[in-house]
Amino acid sequence: MKDFDFAAPKTIAEAVALLSKHGEQAKILAGGTDIIVQLREHRRAADVLLDIKRIPEVNELSYDAKKGLVVGAAVPCYRIYEHQEIAMLYPGLIDAAALIGGIQIQSRATLGGNLCNASPAADSIPPMIALEGVCVIAGPAGTRELPVEKFCTAPGKNALGKGELLVGIKFPPPKPNSGAAYLRFIPRNEMDIAVAGAGVSVVLDAAKSKCTAARVALAAVAPTPLLVPEAGAALVDGVLNDALIDKSASAARAAAKPITDMRGDADYRRHLVGVLVKRALNIAIQRAKGM
Amino acid sequence: MKKKLHVTCTINGKETDFLCEPRQSLLEALRDELRLTGAKEGCNNGNCGACNVLLDGRLVNSCLVMAAEVEGRAVQTVEGLATPQGLHPLQQKFLEHAALQCGICTPGFLVAAKALLDQNPKPTEHQVRHWLAGNLCRCTGYDKIIRAVLDAAKAL
Ligand SMILES: Cc1cc2nc3c(=O)[nH]c(=O)nc-3n(C[C@H](O)[C@H](O)[C@H](O)COP(=O)(O)OP(=O)(O)OC[C@H]3O[C@@H](n4cnc5c(N)ncnc54)[C@H](O)[C@@H]3O)c2cc1C
Ligand code: FES
Ligand code: FES
Repeated sequence: MKDFDFAAPKTIAEAVALLSKHGEQAKILAGGTDIIVQLREHRRAADVLLDIKRIPEVNELSYDAKKGLVVGAAVPCYRIYEHQEIAMLYPGLIDAAALIGGIQIQSRATLGGNLCNASPAADSIPPMIALEGVCVIAGPAGTRELPVEKFCTAPGKNALGKGELLVGIKFPPPKPNSGAAYLRFIPRNEMDIAVAGAGVSVVLDAAKSKCTAARVALAAVAPTPLLVPEAGAALVDGVLNDALIDKSASAARAAAKPITDMRGDADYRRHLVGVLVKRALNIAIQRAKGM
Repeated sequence: MKKKLHVTCTINGKETDFLCEPRQSLLEALRDELRLTGAKEGCNNGNCGACNVLLDGRLVNSCLVMAAEVEGRAVQTVEGLATPQGLHPLQQKFLEHAALQCGICTPGFLVAAKALLDQNPKPTEHQVRHWLAGNLCRCTGYDKIIRAVLDAAKAL
């Protein structure tokens, strides 16, 4: 690996100052499961690696019935799925946190790193979009917020400007009669990159027969994780049945702009994404009915 | 070369300090600076588990941890498994079941299996297979490894 310096800032202000000073040549280290590999393989370069894990704010993991959930940018996956209350309230997020890599990866990998790495196939981003996640970003001009669906701008690129870092992701408290789910397709049972993925959330009416709001987001079928508003809208106010769910899946298929690569060709991915949306919606609806 | 960093941590229960380059991984520091060569470098990119150690009790790939990150933290390596009284039951059962051939994956499997049994002393076969999905073995076909871990769980 090329030489670089290592710094472990203890405050956000210190991190922002270092990021502002070094610009592109400063790289943040959260769980390191992407960045260490990328530096080693010369896919990214750094003069200084900033370990943010000594900053208190990025380690926050908290739930409040009024404010909702805060997942600090350096919170590893295992902390999220081992938190009983959060696991119960946000099963759609747990679907992703529990399938990123294997146990060793989950000890380290963060949702913040998954998001900042901005892979089109990142597993946690569709469910974060479906759950209306909002990025909290700190920078030289203070703090700003950005919906998760606006954060990734191209493969490997995100909306952070010079001197900025992701502090965490906020989620609203789950609405009554709501449910979410994430499913991906990979050729083996674990430890692979999604060929396609679907993260969905639904809110049902009091009778639990109609859907009042829904969000559908896709992985690995566009240059960035993709929110498909038409696929959510297709579900609203209709009676929940297979035909309605098919309509949503068709909208998702139509919005997908997949590429052909070694994991699958474009037609296959488009087909898969329809199947995954249907299955994920059925799980989310079951979860909403069970609440 | 960048200025070396001085890192203080606990390794296998003993307070230890070492010098490392900022770009060195924990795996490199263990093997090259501390001469603890139990953890192996297989893939060096997080896929094979040969480099597994416990960091503050959690199973990690030491090739994906920077050496400088372990300041103030506790590292357990395969060297910490056996005691002067003898092998750890996992090691004993790996021998009895012939759960290794070339052996390069074995330290990683032992550390990973220990992490599993620490938190789930009586795992099912499915749980063992799922937990060990992050460890690759090119020789054994896995079955003997799974038997050894299940048998060690009985012995513990
Ligand atoms: C064996 C293996 C299996 C994997 N399996 C999966 C999988 O199944 N699904 C999947 O989606 N991914 C997978 N990955 C990729 C990776 O584990 C995930 O993307 C993970 O969530 C990254 O999180 P991290 O904390 O390790 O990120 P890091 O590597 O620490 O950082 C990732 C990127 O984001 C930047 N960054 C991190 N935190 C911040 C911040 N707070 N502010 C600004 N920038 C930041 C870093 O500079 C870097 O560019 C796998 C990786 C490996 C090695
Ligand atoms: S050498 Fe670390 S996972 Fe393969
Ligand atoms: S015994 Fe050779 S790789 Fe496992």
